Amino acid sequence: MTAVTTDVRPAPDAPVQPRTVATTSYKTPTILAVVSVLLAVLLLAQPHAGDARFALSSGADFFQIPVVVVPAMATAWVCVALMALLTAFAFLRARGKRRVPGWAAALFAVLGLVAFLAWAAAGSPRDLSVVGLISGAIALSIPIVYGALGGVIGERAGVVNIAIEGQLLAGAFTSALVGSITGSPWAGLLAAVVAGILVSLVLGVFAITYRVNQVIVGVVLNVLVIGLTSFLYSQLLVPNAETLNNTPRFERIGIPLLERIPIIGQALFNQTVVVYLMVVATFAVWYGLSRTRWGLRLRSVGEHPKAADTVGIKVEATRYRALIIAGGVAGIGGAFYTVVSIGQFGKEMTAGAGFIALAAVIFGKWDPVRAALAGLLFGFASNLQNILNVVGAPVPSQFMLMLPYLVTIFAVAGLVGKSRAPAASGEPYVKE
Amino acid sequence: MRLELKGITKRFGALVANDHIDLVVEPGEIHCLLGENGAGKSTLMNVLYGLYTADEGEILLDGAVQRFTGPGDAMAAGIGMVHQHFMLVPVFTVAENVMLGHEHTRSGGRLDLEAARTQVREISARFGFHVDPDAVVEDLPVGVQQRVEIIKALARDADVLVFDEPTAVLTPQETDELMAIMRQLRDEGAAIVFITHKLREVREVADRITVIRHGKVVGEASPAASDTELASLMVGRAVELTVAKDEPVLRDNALEVEHLQVTGPDGQVLVDDVSFTVRGGEVLVVAGVQGNGQTELTEALVGLQENVTGSIRLDGRELVGRSVRQVLDAGVGFVPEDRNTDGLVGEFTIAENLMLDRADGAPFVRGGSLQLATRDAFAREKVAEFDVRTQGIDTKVGRLSGGNQQKVVLARELSRELRLFVAAQPTRGVDVGSIEFIHKRVVETRDAGVPVVVVSTELDEAVALADRIMVMYRGRVVGIVPSTTPRDVLGLMMAGIAPENTEGDAA
Repeated sequence: MTAVTTDVRPAPDAPVQPRTVATTSYKTPTILAVVSVLLAVLLLAQPHAGDARFALSSGADFFQIPVVVVPAMATAWVCVALMALLTAFAFLRARGKRRVPGWAAALFAVLGLVAFLAWAAAGSPRDLSVVGLISGAIALSIPIVYGALGGVIGERAGVVNIAIEGQLLAGAFTSALVGSITGSPWAGLLAAVVAGILVSLVLGVFAITYRVNQVIVGVVLNVLVIGLTSFLYSQLLVPNAETLNNTPRFERIGIPLLERIPIIGQALFNQTVVVYLMVVATFAVWYGLSRTRWGLRLRSVGEHPKAADTVGIKVEATRYRALIIAGGVAGIGGAFYTVVSIGQFGKEMTAGAGFIALAAVIFGKWDPVRAALAGLLFGFASNLQNILNVVGAPVPSQFMLMLPYLVTIFAVAGLVGKSRAPAASGEPYVKE
Repeated sequence: MRLELKGITKRFGALVANDHIDLVVEPGEIHCLLGENGAGKSTLMNVLYGLYTADEGEILLDGAVQRFTGPGDAMAAGIGMVHQHFMLVPVFTVAENVMLGHEHTRSGGRLDLEAARTQVREISARFGFHVDPDAVVEDLPVGVQQRVEIIKALARDADVLVFDEPTAVLTPQETDELMAIMRQLRDEGAAIVFITHKLREVREVADRITVIRHGKVVGEASPAASDTELASLMVGRAVELTVAKDEPVLRDNALEVEHLQVTGPDGQVLVDDVSFTVRGGEVLVVAGVQGNGQTELTEALVGLQENVTGSIRLDGRELVGRSVRQVLDAGVGFVPEDRNTDGLVGEFTIAENLMLDRADGAPFVRGGSLQLATRDAFAREKVAEFDVRTQGIDTKVGRLSGGNQQKVVLARELSRELRLFVAAQPTRGVDVGSIEFIHKRVVETRDAGVPVVVVSTELDEAVALADRIMVMYRGRVVGIVPSTTPRDVLGLMMAGIAPENTEGDAA
């Protein structure tokens, strides 16, 4: 008795996929059209005469690329015209019930950026540093990327971690304090990891053990950490700023040869250890989640905890372990503010980076590599504001401050496409 | 391995789900556990599998007392379970699901997927399963998913296999195949526990039968016993298994559905070019395995689906494009598939649930205020008429048994002036006594001259209730046939194979 299938059925393992009809979605073309029109209106309403100067090289490169000088308005208008063409192309694709290809959207974004930068830098006596644009973006994306990695780990295990912001802030505070006392940025970094884990454990106790609504616990934790660090800052750090809030920072470590590649060398290969660790961490999290037993079990707990339970996996313990790792990773991100960036803690200095990290988790479709790339994008948007201040762009600074959040909203709302959260994310596991 | 349960008792608060149950399953036999929904079969198996801890009693394997603190212990002891709701991670591949919980790893902590694939292929080949280890589980038909569950248990060298209501989601053909697999496993020496409430399957495959009622073992039966004997043992009194009804008297009023197409959010065509007509005074049963578009069809009839093209005409009036309110006002009564999520508000009382669809005016609402006296009088009347067993009309609906909940839904929907009655799975999870009552009311509605559409996944019910049967497969109508059509033909139709001599619409 070997074959128990009868011969009348269709192939027994044929997937059940109902016939599908193509759906027309004009979402992407519409967004492209709106952006093109807004840019054109900006150029018409506020024309800037003069040239835009883009500096592409830094002093340490193998060879120097001369400063690129372009007529600003002409460049901007050419870009807008190309964007309009891409928009038309997107509408044609949508009408043909086909997806707008990724390269078109990417090209559109680059063109839009060039047009905007050319307009903003027009007539400025100072060069717009492309190197600064990239290296600054990487620096500002550090807390977002670490936070997003922590978020991905938590959500894949089924715990929504709204408390990333709190973990960043706790990490920033403790690394400043411990770094100042010990005089070692490494000790500060370690302390930040511990602080992130502590916040995670509090989240775990309420969200996993006591099954409190995870969003509420996360929000409350953020408020708690803000209050606690602000209190300790004003009572402890401010009076003793020299001894308790003055930590040494990590030195930049240049990678020989690579750091001298024009344009990207200084930005990518002359950074602190925290940046290099970020790349390692991103790939480690990706490998761990997708290729190891730890990751398989973690994902099973986030997708279908009961199924995991019925094969003998301890759901709550697995979630706790995931949260501890997530908290540690997010804590490193918090250390950026103090032991990498400015060497001292400031009240509420994370300024919402944790929430942007949360957006990066969604924009990255719960995949560590994509989430890290999303973090880079958001970091870039944050940095744009600094660069434009340097060249003296004629945009009110309040608008520039909004930029990273605008980019976040547009990215998450408009461009995510179809994505699916882990099925049991946010659901406490209750045995019947 | 010999499984013995001794005096297992499990209480949930005041409710005794299992009351000193004794059960012995020998290796090489299929032992059926027969009982109604809510009789305590699944509770017993969850105790066996370590998901619940028994309040009293013990589990013995080959005479040795076992202490299970979780499913991991039960599995390690050699107990495998094929769950009613599959315990598979939908986004994982077959191999990942099979290896989950006892993974082998290679250097660097890397999962050894190849070992799992080999294991799936070996077990597949042994039983002729044709399961691709790299297929993603959610893309597989339920019948194949169930085989993955079986492979999962066998991959852990289970000697005792528990099948918890395994046939609920299968076509008749798949059910036959499952029976063959169970016999093969038995012949290889496994001890098999088969939990079901379907009498036909019990008689076909069981070596021994234990009947459970209200958490107690009420007796053993021989596989040679008749359906009537088994049913009365299961329910505790004589039951009428057939539905008494006269020849249909067809009227002129009718529901006419033409080229109906329902598209899901991702562009899947869930209901694909469906056309049929139901005349006043007849029952059309929509048969088919769960998930072949029946749910979406009924929801389209009531206006709950968004992307609908084609035409639904009730007595000549077009219903496509109208709101649910307008459809209900046109005289459509609807019993949804899942009464707990779509049919009732569990935290509301019986009285409140009975007037849920009439909160927009007199007599229940005047000047924006609820008319409590009217509401309560109406509720008392309906509770009596529909034989809802409850302490009072102020009882929360969530506290009622499945059968009584369904009677509340039925009472609400049948109390309006109806021109069409649509009931999706009206007897699912309902005790036998209530099934009799519900069937009687459906037939009464038909005899009153209303067109009736009933969705059923149970072939027995389809044959018993229908004047005509429409079989759906992957969103399409396989055929519309008389209720006298042989079961094997209906079974083939449920797998998508239309009988040659049947027209698309044999009305």
